[in-house]
Amino acid sequence: MTTTQAPDTATRFPEAAILADEHVPAIHIWRDFAATPAQVFRAHTDPELFAQWIGPESVGADITHWDARDGGSWSYTARGSDGREDFETSFHGCFHTVREDRIVQTFTWDGMPDGVSLETLTFEDLGDGRTRLHAVSLCDSFDDRDAWLRSGMEVGVNDGYAAVDRMLAEGTI
Amino acid sequence: MTDQLSRVFAALADPTRRDMVARLTEADHTVNDLAAPYDVSLQAVSKHLKVLEEAGLVTRSREAQRRPVHLEAEVFDLMTKWIERYRRQAEARYAALDAVLARMQDEDNPTHTSDNRTEGTAS
Repeated sequence: MTTTQAPDTATRFPEAAILADEHVPAIHIWRDFAATPAQVFRAHTDPELFAQWIGPESVGADITHWDARDGGSWSYTARGSDGREDFETSFHGCFHTVREDRIVQTFTWDGMPDGVSLETLTFEDLGDGRTRLHAVSLCDSFDDRDAWLRSGMEVGVNDGYAAVDRMLAEGTI
Repeated sequence: MTDQLSRVFAALADPTRRDMVARLTEADHTVNDLAAPYDVSLQAVSKHLKVLEEAGLVTRSREAQRRPVHLEAEVFDLMTKWIERYRRQAEARYAALDAVLARMQDEDNPTHTSDNRTEGTAS
């Protein structure tokens, strides 16, 4: 994709589609789910449900703080093993808007505490019990945005990014 | 490699340079060709080209008199792979979310057995 225009509802996203925005340092992701907007919203705001999909399947994520309401905040730690050594990595942020069709929150990887991205998730009702998630991560700068995109490429680098990469690869269910 | 990828992304952060790259995917162009559609000086276009060259995205033939600009597709592919890798990570998370949502469907419709679940969720 080369434009940042919102895709129309005739377009289907059975798999995640991604776009690195050319005008602002943002990453867009679209993904359709076979569930109602209310269910997708619950999977993002109920800590027990959230923990089941955000981390690796065998370990999951340990939700260390969760207050999903306007002005609330969250943090979680993901633990896992790459077969040789255990690792853990943590994230935190604040909920700005928590509404059935929209969540706005900040997001920080604790390994880079000064980096803050603004995440806007919208849940669009496609009818027939289907929902489109549009996630926008707006970073501080193009450098920061590209560091996130690059995080998947720096396997072997001794930092949390490599751990996250492995964790996510193993999280395929 | 990281530095080069950073330069690639920085180079492509500019809409004019993105447009130039898009046109170079079709064919090589001279600087004059490339400059034609833009309302900027030839000097400005040369500056954009220099950024693209330093990122390794384009090269200019030294031999040919017209020195056409050529897109280095390999470098461009590297960036595409980079984004694809990130996309797959996101997809892995969302595949897990699919499974959570399927379990929620069952809990939200406890009267539906697995035999009539398809019918139940379609209604």
